[in-house]
Amino acid sequence: MDRRQALKVMAIAAAVPSLTSCAPTDAGDDVVVAPAAANPKAAGTAWDPDLLAPVIPWERTLTSDELETLATLCDIIIPADERSPGASQLGAHDFIDEWVSAPYARNERDQVTVRGGLVWLDGESAGRFGEGSRFRELDAAQQRAICDDIRSVADAPSGLEAGARFFDRVRDLTAAAFWTTREGMQDLGYVGNVPLARWDPPPPEVLRHLGLE
Amino acid sequence: MRRKAQQQYDVVIVGSGAAGGMCAYVLACSGVRVLMLEAGRDYDPVTETPMFQLPSDAPLRGVGTREKPFGFYDATVDGGWEVPGEPYSSAEGSEFRWWRARMLGGRTNHWGRISLRNGPYDFKPYSRDGLGFDWPMSYEDVAPYYDKTEALIGVFGSNEGLENTPDSPPGILQEPPAPRANEMLVRRAGDELGIPVVPSHIAILTRPQDADRLSRFLWPGNPTAQRVTAESMRSRAACFYATPCGRGCSIKANFQSPTVVLPPALATGNLDIVTDAMVREVTVDASGRATGVHYIDKRTRLEEHAGARVVVVAASACESARILLNSKSSIFPDGIANGTGLVGKYLMDTVGASVSGQIPAMENMPPHNADGASAMHLYSPWWLYQEQARGQLDFARGYHIELGGGRRMPGFGTFSGLERYTGGSYGQQFKEDCRRYYGSFVNFAGRGEMIPNEDCYCEIDPDQVDQWGIPTLRFHWKWSEHEENQARHMQHTFADIIEAMGGRVTSTIREDGADAIAPGGEIIHEVGGAIMGDDPRRSVLNQFCQSWEVDNLFVTDGAPFVSNADKNPTLSIMAIAWRASDYIVEQLNAGRL
Ligand SMILES: Cc1cc2nc3c(=O)[nH]c(=O)nc-3n(C[C@H](O)[C@H](O)[C@H](O)COP(=O)(O)OP(=O)(O)OC[C@H]3O[C@@H](n4cnc5c(N)ncnc54)[C@H](O)[C@@H]3O)c2cc1C
Ligand code: SF4
Repeated sequence: MDRRQALKVMAIAAAVPSLTSCAPTDAGDDVVVAPAAANPKAAGTAWDPDLLAPVIPWERTLTSDELETLATLCDIIIPADERSPGASQLGAHDFIDEWVSAPYARNERDQVTVRGGLVWLDGESAGRFGEGSRFRELDAAQQRAICDDIRSVADAPSGLEAGARFFDRVRDLTAAAFWTTREGMQDLGYVGNVPLARWDPPPPEVLRHLGLE
Repeated sequence: MRRKAQQQYDVVIVGSGAAGGMCAYVLACSGVRVLMLEAGRDYDPVTETPMFQLPSDAPLRGVGTREKPFGFYDATVDGGWEVPGEPYSSAEGSEFRWWRARMLGGRTNHWGRISLRNGPYDFKPYSRDGLGFDWPMSYEDVAPYYDKTEALIGVFGSNEGLENTPDSPPGILQEPPAPRANEMLVRRAGDELGIPVVPSHIAILTRPQDADRLSRFLWPGNPTAQRVTAESMRSRAACFYATPCGRGCSIKANFQSPTVVLPPALATGNLDIVTDAMVREVTVDASGRATGVHYIDKRTRLEEHAGARVVVVAASACESARILLNSKSSIFPDGIANGTGLVGKYLMDTVGASVSGQIPAMENMPPHNADGASAMHLYSPWWLYQEQARGQLDFARGYHIELGGGRRMPGFGTFSGLERYTGGSYGQQFKEDCRRYYGSFVNFAGRGEMIPNEDCYCEIDPDQVDQWGIPTLRFHWKWSEHEENQARHMQHTFADIIEAMGGRVTSTIREDGADAIAPGGEIIHEVGGAIMGDDPRRSVLNQFCQSWEVDNLFVTDGAPFVSNADKNPTLSIMAIAWRASDYIVEQLNAGRL
């Protein structure tokens, strides 16, 4: 964290193993998360958070308007198909809000990239498709026309480099959000994180795939 | 855990990690009354470990932050590269990174559990190549303690009969788990290149421990020790091949001091533990004998004294050097046990360099469970002894290779930077690209031996105290050409392996070893700072970790190390601490302490 954030939050009563975001108050000189609910031994500070009942001690910054455009973009990056839902359905845009709002230098940099990028995206939409056009209201072909131009940082046309960097960052964050959920892992065929009575060598189809038979 | 120190103890131990935990276990089992002081908070892996939680259950998908550098779920409390309110500094032109934890069990809660024995060469490096120092004891002297340590903590691995890579006696090691698919591919590449790829040695149970047999082996003729040891072993489950070990293990399948050595030690009734007790200095009487330690009770912020007949400092190598240097008196104006001026000197870390690759053959692999026992199942011990002896390498000493990659649990960064392969796909194509590339990445980390040198040391920083009013450390660091050349060699080896696997190297291979090598301290194998030896003029401690100058003062962590073989240090720390503890018992019983 660059700036000493003075965040102190209310006690979280319920010991739910899900994330709870809570409003900061003004006192304190370090990130204080919450008095430990599920784990009474933990101090509830950022250095010793309750790992069993995590909380996010910072406020979200993106506006509902920004979130709406972001959700559209997340779904363009990872759309729904027969194997899994689209990214926004798994909360990718909310995760990006959580990410860019965090009080760490890299996250603060990403906040500038993402918020600036969202403004740019609407500006680009208006420039290409008429004044007042908003990216999230364009039709799919129009959205693709913009995204095709900014899909690659390495190949970005001149003038669109910043747009490409924005797109690349959102793509990475969307992928991070999406594939780390239970549904995302299922789609990937990650079948671990379950207790096994014994450990077996890789199955024959894997050995065949690798030419290891 | 907080029992007031009321009685006079035989031994006070500073620190509850690998070293302190092991000393407490051996001493308490031997009937010695022990007080342990730990700067961190009480910590219980059984109730506190987030075992099955997904990244999506954590803030920022569990990614590392300043306060939790190795990720949200990593079992590090009040620590990492910084400890709040307890700074350290690096001298100008030096870079040293110091990883600490403030919790019962110290860094044994989140360590990698790689447990390799030093071999016969590793105890006599000076005799072999004229560099550094020999240890005052030989492999044969320590081997029985490696046997005991492995039997107690539970280590899986195999006996391969390889040069300077000792086998364990029958009945000591647990059966290693079968290799993962990516590790089998590496092994095939190793066969081609002449690099051995064999089962790793990891402090994880793959079977329940044979409690009766092992407790009798460890404690012949000591029924109390047998009972507490067997009970503790029975309370541990075998690994269920899920959940990352770095978070700790609630079923006690891996080694953590608070699940493996502290419970049996407490069960003897001979051990009291006071947590939140930050030791400042060792106290002495007018004759220069140690009388105990001064510590700050972190809850009251008041100073306390704990007295004992023997003081064991086991706060981790640099912390122990710091305590000795801060123990100034009219008898020891430069710090206790420091008449030679050697305290803090000859710090060593491990040479680290790594390379990643992408393996097309591993794309689109059929789904299968590749979690395994969290740590690598295979590794490569150092193999170029003969080439080195013939003068074909431009560095002394060796390295081993640690393997990673494959279809592990997806994390925050699993798909970042995929643009490099996809040309910037998005939409359905991107989704399919992620499925295709998932699990196709591998990485190789070299862990090599550093030779001790005059330029690597810590000293008290004259300008800084921590929040407990205790003067802090300043580090000096400089790699020699041996380490830098070794790091370059590592990178080329890893690139060769990746190419032999038909893959492409995704890291930058640095031709200058100084760019390839990780900064000092970053591999978190720091040892030295109170070296042992045969000669009181040239060492701080004797081979039993006993101070030459103050015979009731011992330092039993990594500080006594005079060399830092490529083998990760913790198994050796514990074996040498056990040997020192046996010596303390013997000396106490003989009335010599
Ligand atoms: C991520 C990671 C992975 C690792 N992987 C491996 C591996 O695979 N294999 C391996 O061999 N090693 C590994 N290590 C290194 C290993 O953790 C250490 O070598 C080992 O823990 C050292 O034991 P120790 O008892 O000396 O110190 P620690 O385990 O650090 O314990 C020292 C204890 O002393 C306490 N203390 C410090 N100062 C004071 C004081 N003034 N007063 C009172 N108490 C004090 C500390 O709070 C701490 O609890 C790894 C380390 C890390 C961080
Ligand atoms: S992999 Fe095995 S030893 Fe490691 S935490 Fe999971 S169950 Fe415990």
